[in-house]
Amino acid sequence: MEFLSYLISGVSLGSVYAIIALGYTMVYGIAKMLNFAHGDIIMVGGYISFCAMSYLGLPGWLATLLAMAVCTVLGIVIEGLAYKPLRSAPSLAVLITAIGVSYFLQNSALLIWKAAPKVYQPVVSGSLTLFGGQLSVPYASVLTMAACLVIMAALTLFISKSKMGKAMRACSEDKGAAQLMGINVNATISTTFAIGSALAAVAGVLLCTSYPTLQPTTGSMPGIKAFTAAVFGGIGSIPGAFLGGLLLGVIEAMAKAYISTNLANSIVFAVLIVVLLVKPAGLLGKYVPEKV
Amino acid sequence: MEAILKVEDINVYYGSIHAIKGVSFEVNEGEIVTLIGANGAGKSTTLNTISGLLHSKTGSVTFMGENLGKIPCHKIVSKGLALVPEGRRVFLQMTVQENLEMGAFTQGGKTLDDDLERVYEQFPRLKERMKQVAGTLSGGEQQMLAMGRALMSHPKLLMLDEPSMGLAPILVEQIFDIIQELHKAGTTILLVEQNAQAALSVADRGYVLETGKVVTTGTGHELLESPAIKKAYLGG
Repeated sequence: MEFLSYLISGVSLGSVYAIIALGYTMVYGIAKMLNFAHGDIIMVGGYISFCAMSYLGLPGWLATLLAMAVCTVLGIVIEGLAYKPLRSAPSLAVLITAIGVSYFLQNSALLIWKAAPKVYQPVVSGSLTLFGGQLSVPYASVLTMAACLVIMAALTLFISKSKMGKAMRACSEDKGAAQLMGINVNATISTTFAIGSALAAVAGVLLCTSYPTLQPTTGSMPGIKAFTAAVFGGIGSIPGAFLGGLLLGVIEAMAKAYISTNLANSIVFAVLIVVLLVKPAGLLGKYVPEKV
Repeated sequence: MEAILKVEDINVYYGSIHAIKGVSFEVNEGEIVTLIGANGAGKSTTLNTISGLLHSKTGSVTFMGENLGKIPCHKIVSKGLALVPEGRRVFLQMTVQENLEMGAFTQGGKTLDDDLERVYEQFPRLKERMKQVAGTLSGGEQQMLAMGRALMSHPKLLMLDEPSMGLAPILVEQIFDIIQELHKAGTTILLVEQNAQAALSVADRGYVLETGKVVTTGTGHELLESPAIKKAYLGG
C-alpha cells in the first residue's frame, strides 16, 4: 500500500513534468530551439492564478483560464521579440537569448511579487480514500493525472488530424518546403509557442496545487526536469515527452521514498545519463540521419 | 501569346557570391520552357528566386501582371505558381496523403477530395501507397509525390527543378511523359534540367545558362541542333 501511494505521487509529479515537457518538445520540434524560459512561464502562470484567486477571489477554474490566457500572450510576445529576429542566427545565439529571457522573467517576478514565498491556495483540496482508509489519494493528484491524459490525447489528435497540426509537422521537417506549400512558417511557430505556454500555465496551477509555495524561482527546477524528461523520452516526440515525464516523476518519487531525499535529483539525472548513453535519441526519439 | 511569367534583370547573391547576373527570360501561357546549364550555372537559384525562397537585389519577377518581388514566399503558391523543388523535399515523416494535403494547404478544403482523386488518377502508384510515410517511397515515387503535391494547388505555372535527378532511365522517361501530359492538360511548365537532351526534346523554347547568365536562347529544336550546345551539353 505504501508502494502504491509513492507510485501515485510519482505519477502525479510525472504528469506535471509531462505537461511541461510537451511544451519543450513541441517548440523544439518546430523551431529547433530549446526554450529555456519555458520553466519560468510556469512560474508566471502560478503567480497569475495566485493573484486571481487570492486578490480577485476568482474560482480556481477561472483563475486557470486567466493564467492560460496571460501565458499564451506572453509566449507569443517572447517569441516575437526575442526569438523571431534570430531565426537565421546560429542556434547558440538563440539558446543564450532563451537563458536571458529566463532570468528576465525571474527578475521581473521578483520586482512585481517580491522574494517572499506566497502560500498558494490549492484549486482542489482533500483526498480520496480507498481500500477502507489504507490508501489516500489527494484530489490534486487525481486532477493532475486527469489533466495530463486529456492534454496528451487532445494534443495527439490536434497534431495528427488538424490542418494546423499537419502544418506544424511539415514545418518541423522542412521549413522551405512548407513555405512552398503556402504555410506561414512564422505564424506556425507563434502558434506552437502559444500552445506550449498555455500548457505551462496549466502546469503552473497544478504544480502549485500539489506544492503550495510560490516564489520567482518556482519554475526553474521543474523546467529543467521537464527538459530532462523531454530529452529522456526523445526530444521532438510528443509521446516521448509524455513517457519521459511520467518515468522521471516515478523515478524521483521512488528515489525519495526508498533511497534518499537528498540524492533524489542526482539519481534522476544519473538515470538520464545512462539512458542517453544507451539510446542517444531518447526512449522514443528517432535518430534521423541527414540526407545529402 | 501572353507572357505568364516575366523575369527581368534579376541579380541574386549568396553573401558575396554573385550567383545570378542579370538574368531575363519569359514564359508564355501554354508553353514548356526549359532552363539548361551545367552545375552551378544558376538554374535552381533562378527558380528559388521566382518562388520567393530567395530574393533578387534588382529587376523584377512578374507573374500574370503582378510583381512578386515583395510578396513573402508562403503567399506565392496561392497565386498559381508552384515549385517542385530540387531533391523533391517531400515530407518524409508524413504519409503520402498528408503530403498531398499539404500541397492543397491554400485551397480551402472544398475541392480536396476531387483534387486527391485527380492526382491519384495521374499517379496510380501514389494511391496504392497513400497511407505509407513518404520516407519509405523509392526515389521515383518521391518525385511523383513531389509533383502530385505541387499539382494539388492548381498551379497555372508549374516549375520543376531537376525532376530526373538520380532516377533510372526508364523512370526519367516516365517523368517526362507525365510532364507532357500535364502540358497537354493546359499547365504551363518551366523546367530546369541537367538532362538537356530530354528537356529540349519536350520544350517549346529553351534558355542556356552559364555562370549566372543567359548565353543562348532558341526553340527546343534549334538548341538541340546547335553545334555549340551539342558539344557543351549533349556529349558531341
